[in-house]
Amino acid sequence: MSLLKSTSNELPTKQIDGELMRRTLRVMILARTLESKLSSLYKGGKIVGGVYLGTGQEAFSASLGCTLDQEKDIFAPLIRDQAGRTGFGEEIIDATRTYLGSAKGPMKGRDGNIHRGRPDRRMPAMISHLGAAVSLVAGMLVARRMQGKLDGVVGATCVGDGATSTGSFHEGLNMAAVEKLPLVVLVADNQFAYSTPRERQFACDSLVKRAAGYGVAGHEVDGTNLEACLATIQSAVRAAREGGGPQLVVGRLLRLCGHGEHDDGSYVPSDLKESELGSDCLEIGISQVVARGLASEEEITQWQMEAAEEVQNAVAISQKEAGPDPYQEDWQAVSERGMS
Amino acid sequence: MSFTYIDAIQQAQLDLLRERKEVFLYGQDIGNFGGAFKATKGFIEEFPDRVLDAPISEDAMAGMAIGAAISGMRPIVEMQFADFSSIAFNQIVNQAGTHFYRTGIPVPITMRMPCGGTPGSGPFHSQMVETLYAHYPGIVVVTPATVADAYHLLKASVLLDDPVVFCEHKFLYRWLKSKSLDYDGLPLGSARITRPGKHATVVTYSAMVHEAVRAANRLAEEGWEIEVVDLRSVKPLDMDTVIASVARTGRLLALGEAFPWGGVTAAVVSRVVAEGFHLLDAPPMRLNAKDTPIPYHPDLWAVHRPTPESIVQKLRELLNL
Repeated sequence: MSLLKSTSNELPTKQIDGELMRRTLRVMILARTLESKLSSLYKGGKIVGGVYLGTGQEAFSASLGCTLDQEKDIFAPLIRDQAGRTGFGEEIIDATRTYLGSAKGPMKGRDGNIHRGRPDRRMPAMISHLGAAVSLVAGMLVARRMQGKLDGVVGATCVGDGATSTGSFHEGLNMAAVEKLPLVVLVADNQFAYSTPRERQFACDSLVKRAAGYGVAGHEVDGTNLEACLATIQSAVRAAREGGGPQLVVGRLLRLCGHGEHDDGSYVPSDLKESELGSDCLEIGISQVVARGLASEEEITQWQMEAAEEVQNAVAISQKEAGPDPYQEDWQAVSERGMS
Repeated sequence: MSFTYIDAIQQAQLDLLRERKEVFLYGQDIGNFGGAFKATKGFIEEFPDRVLDAPISEDAMAGMAIGAAISGMRPIVEMQFADFSSIAFNQIVNQAGTHFYRTGIPVPITMRMPCGGTPGSGPFHSQMVETLYAHYPGIVVVTPATVADAYHLLKASVLLDDPVVFCEHKFLYRWLKSKSLDYDGLPLGSARITRPGKHATVVTYSAMVHEAVRAANRLAEEGWEIEVVDLRSVKPLDMDTVIASVARTGRLLALGEAFPWGGVTAAVVSRVVAEGFHLLDAPPMRLNAKDTPIPYHPDLWAVHRPTPESIVQKLRELLNL
């Protein structure tokens, strides 16, 4: 691990709250179950547009979503954060309605798939342009500071290794550092940006080294290891909450799926898949939870069955719901509120 | 007491800061320095927490403002020059412009864009950007030509719940003066008949309103009565006022300082042709800047944009058809 690993006191993994770890694993199971179903629906021609999964990234993403305070924190998920979304309280039916084009979904058919959110519940709806949410979340924090409501609030967003090459990411993180905002930025270094390997994306050996350049705290973690993810991300969130300024958390892992379900990921070398980076964080998480006696295998099987049922129900409801009516759509892109 | 165009912008911001605690300013060098054009001079002393210097990061400036706007604030972002908003383009058109349609939550940001040419400013400190932003759904584009409009339209822009690109013309900053900020009460979205006439209509906006009036004054010496319509905002585009004017005159010249391909003048001509073809006594005309980057040398710059002479020439062609 890098010398630049962490500037805050990392929680020993033994001190991770058992209930939090149980909940995080359950969220991972639910996200994996949902995404498997979405993949099947896509392959069966039931979903129009892309399907983008976070397979292999659930531990990293869910650890953030479950650590954040759903009542006051801000979470701007990106493309591979189904687990983080679920952990932060997004209902499964928000995902199925958006993917299946139900008019009752949060985007009402005006946007699809992972481009969804609930800004009124402090979960912005991502745009496709990578890195753009870093400054957006920073602005949500600046607003709270001006309103005297920033105390104890953390804003967080996630990107992949590819997004760190954008100007938007650089500008956003630099600005957040200047403003010393309680911002946590997760970088899932999943080895590929679409098909481009990390050595064609950046030339430093670890992205966590960039933290020093921005003047922010840096953390690096094995993204396949649930206990480690929870320990590191909890430390980062706590440091941000306690006034430590922006925190950059780099998770080393491998995307265990294509960029989207249209992509078979055949460019990923088999030796990488077979390496430790290619480990399935869900299997590791299950074994860690069982080893700590936080849940039995039977109980976890029960969670899996309940997840399947919840997903099945959400899909069934969403499939029955009507899509948006183009003839009732108001086709209005401005609110005109305040236009005299 | 007299106000320049930049005084009006300064006063509008000061009044907004005083009247609305959700208003804040964000931009490069706007704090102690008071802004490249001194539009925020002295503000930081009265509002140390609501006048923030930004790093040279236009994308992050816009993104930050959008995040603050969906959290209850009404940010005003000062782009030091409109030309540099190209770096913020993505945040403005894709993040702010799509937000209300996608989520139902409006984004009350105002992007102040010092635009247009001044002698010697060259290709990267002179551009007009209204066409770019007007093209995208979800954005209001305001183009004040008068001192009073600079004040009142800026206030209206900030109080509007939608994203506004506020194109303030640098050439007018110190040259254009008015004894007061009183105005006729025309709301944002309405065009104004700046100069009534009956022989031809010039539809224009921003600094070109004044060049059009100069041209009209010259032709008046020969008995021609040219009507000048100041659009005030190019989106929304007040076609009612434009069509009504063309109905009176039967002749249209659409005039703008932007590059000639597409743009506001093209939109005006196509709308008039489509919606008021029967009102036209002659083919409608357009006059824009030249299709080159904006030159540095004052002699080149002066004829790159339309001038009273080139406007008079174009109007003569139009009147003789």
